Amino acid sequence: MNCIINVEQLQTFYVLEVLGKRKTVKAVNDVTLSIPENEIYGIAGESGCGKTTLLKALFASIDPPLQLFGGKVNYRINGKYINALSLSEKEKRELRWTYISYIPQGSMSVFNPVKKLKTTYLNFLESHIRGKAHRDLLSLARQHLEELGLTPQILGAYPHQLSGGMRQRIAIALSTLLKPEIILADEPTTALDVVAQRAVLQLMRDIQQELQNTIVLVTHDMGIHANIASRMAIMYAGKIVEEGPTEEVFIHPLHPYTQYLIQSLPRIGDKTTRKSVPGSPPSLLDPPLGCPFHPRCPRVFDRCIKETPELDQCNPNHKVACWLKRD
Amino acid sequence: MGILKDLFKDYRFAVGFILLVFLSFLVITSFFSPYDAIKWLQVPRDKPPSWSHILGTNSKGQDVFWEATFSIRNSLIIALIAGLISRVIAVLVGFVAGYKGGISDRILMGLTDGLLVIPLFLILVLVAMLLKEAMTLINTGLLLAFFGWAWDARTIRSQVLSLREREFTQTSILSGNDTLSLVSKEYLPLTIPLIFSTLINNIAWAIGMEIVLAILGLVPLAIPTLGTTLQWAITYQAILLGHWWWILTPVVLTILLLVALYWFSVSVSEYLDPRIRIQRIGVK
Amino acid sequence: MSTILKAINLTKVFSLGGLLSRTKITAVDQVSFTVESAEIFTLAGESGCGKTTTARMILGFEIPTSGELQYLGQSIQRVEDKKAWFKEVQAVFQNPFESFNPLRKVESYFFETVNNFHLKKNGERAEQLIEEKLQAVGLTYHEIAGKYPSELSGGQLQRSSIARSLLTNPSLLIADEPVSMVDASLRMSIVNLFREMSNSFGVSVIYITHDLATAYYISDRIAIMFRGNIVETGSAEEVLGNPKHPYTKLLIESIPQPDPHQQPKTLIKFLEEKEEYFRKGCKFAGRCPKVMDICKKTTPKDVLIDGVMVKCHLF
Repeated sequence: MNCIINVEQLQTFYVLEVLGKRKTVKAVNDVTLSIPENEIYGIAGESGCGKTTLLKALFASIDPPLQLFGGKVNYRINGKYINALSLSEKEKRELRWTYISYIPQGSMSVFNPVKKLKTTYLNFLESHIRGKAHRDLLSLARQHLEELGLTPQILGAYPHQLSGGMRQRIAIALSTLLKPEIILADEPTTALDVVAQRAVLQLMRDIQQELQNTIVLVTHDMGIHANIASRMAIMYAGKIVEEGPTEEVFIHPLHPYTQYLIQSLPRIGDKTTRKSVPGSPPSLLDPPLGCPFHPRCPRVFDRCIKETPELDQCNPNHKVACWLKRD
Repeated sequence: MGILKDLFKDYRFAVGFILLVFLSFLVITSFFSPYDAIKWLQVPRDKPPSWSHILGTNSKGQDVFWEATFSIRNSLIIALIAGLISRVIAVLVGFVAGYKGGISDRILMGLTDGLLVIPLFLILVLVAMLLKEAMTLINTGLLLAFFGWAWDARTIRSQVLSLREREFTQTSILSGNDTLSLVSKEYLPLTIPLIFSTLINNIAWAIGMEIVLAILGLVPLAIPTLGTTLQWAITYQAILLGHWWWILTPVVLTILLLVALYWFSVSVSEYLDPRIRIQRIGVK
Repeated sequence: MSTILKAINLTKVFSLGGLLSRTKITAVDQVSFTVESAEIFTLAGESGCGKTTTARMILGFEIPTSGELQYLGQSIQRVEDKKAWFKEVQAVFQNPFESFNPLRKVESYFFETVNNFHLKKNGERAEQLIEEKLQAVGLTYHEIAGKYPSELSGGQLQRSSIARSLLTNPSLLIADEPVSMVDASLRMSIVNLFREMSNSFGVSVIYITHDLATAYYISDRIAIMFRGNIVETGSAEEVLGNPKHPYTKLLIESIPQPDPHQQPKTLIKFLEEKEEYFRKGCKFAGRCPKVMDICKKTTPKDVLIDGVMVKCHLF
């Protein structure tokens, strides 16, 4: 498996000071991942599990109150691995949008509401491609939109004239203009309805097919992962608890949390009672000792409370962090 | 008192608070002044600071120190009247316009905008000229109050408009609360920082405005205020004659007062800000 | 089984713009449906279809432009006496973190409800009533006592919201996207709650959502809304299992099922909202795969087929 991003024992916490007391939120707590190239990689988890922070760290955008407490994020550039977190601001800026792209949650606010989309696109292109006339840049933008099946005329509109789904797709088109090797998407379809969501997912699949790059997709919606992610990781309380090919994870979930999650999803045509996971997600301010899931796990035993399980290979390609699998 | 302790951790509050306490202390001592506030020629004129007159004496034959205590007291009276009364009007107008909407909103905002558009300075000068002798401390305060509520009424209205859209408004209505309870229990706590900071800003504005009016000679110059003191010092050419103690006193005091008010306002607003208060809830 | 609520040609037109140019948007267009006692009735559709506006009209937060609402057979043109109305009809909203004022303790709303509606009978203490309802939703008074919203989880807050709404023993509960902001791992237990309440307390629930899978799981009957119109109404099994209206079919097909062995979906067309709102005739004509000439000119009538009401020229 050729990896394009390598995360090693990453620890990034938010440090807040309230009334002189320090609070540390352990958003990404010792995460090790290898994200392969030419794939759509999904990261699943509920709100507050740290996945947005992980994405920010992958983008090497660690700004206060977020601080780096350890670990590396390696990009593979020209065959060599470089730790993105140790690069200077200038070097990072050169990589952004050309090598790695980020689509934040709520992309609707990516666009300046008082400028036409055309202007935003032009500004974007001008800052990355020097020495080309506006006309050429615009035709580049139009060509890109056409390739993605979007109408180029849309550039003449203002953001508020478009529906949420359309804006999201234009935002995705903008972030892929310079054909990046990695695209990080944070909840690209929340706040969109089912039909708009379908269009957005279609678009992402098309982009990946064409550019043969890697898309890292973060969302809590398991249905989306089932639909387009070929590999996925499940995140819980700042740690990765399971990782493997999507099919494997859905059909043979190994971690009790994953098992609960998949089994609790309602499906049309099936009215059998569904149960949700007992208890509630832990606060990242004060995560439980040992395995973070142990307070809610139906199969907890002694070891779970004392020691934190590592992410271990269980079957070829399928990893899980659970003491149940050791014995 | 735990609140005071928390507030003191912010240096701005600490300095502002101490300065205000010091200035209030001066105000209190003004009641014990051995000299009359208004009469001239009570002491030898134009004497530089000495042990018998800490800040020297002015050209009218008054002790500068005691004159200063009266000035602060009177300026603050004007400013407090202006600030408090304009708050009451601003809050009433802002809340009613924001919550009721519709016609009441249009009428009230029409009134407000009308006041905002009027060239404030010219009108103040005009009115002050017409009322010349009737410009007592209280009347000056009222005049400033009349012109000081419009902007803040709009700000408060915007806050209320956005609060009205939040889901807890609906929860409150569904819990059977009528409009008055809704506004006082739900909205007031969230708008208090705004009201408070506009109060302090208004007070600071009133102090500045009073000085301007005084320099233009529109405030009865017999009453000692920060503005009139300055005006007299200028009339008697204090700078030219080198009577630095007379002209510097009101200037320094005004600066101290305004800085203290500003820092006090900023630190308390931050403390009261709902978003920060929410963060503090977990820490206890 | 009696009819609790009946909506007859409910319409809401919003007029936007200034003095000189006003546009009218018909957010809810001639919507009719009934809600029976102790049933869960779902209003489903994409965002902007008018489901929330319909709910607001039922609650009295918006005044219908035309149409009629009947509660237990009596017509209520406008909700005049809010207090009396809220004894019968209550609501739970989407965002559990916004449902309570962040600077007030959650329990204060409970006490307010008890006092404002005079729910205490002789000798009873408010705490008893509150504890009863909290237990019905799986919480205890001890858990929420003295706490501010920021100290509780989304799941706890939403349960508290539901408990508060049950205090007046309403016959109708409107739930507007109650679990879309709740963590996926806790969602089902809250959805199950609505089912329990309907069964044990006889409360009717109008469940508003865009998540058809959950709607299928929990509803007895369902109405699909599109750009202000109800296009299909019937039992959940019939409508979602055997959809007749082309829009319903599109919706169901588009749901990303949590099953990796799915067929890849066909490409779809995408039109802008505004265009569809102002369309004459059938609003879906712009992207309907089975569109005919008549669809572009005349609004389809409601037709009853196999117990399902469909608004489509195909029938």
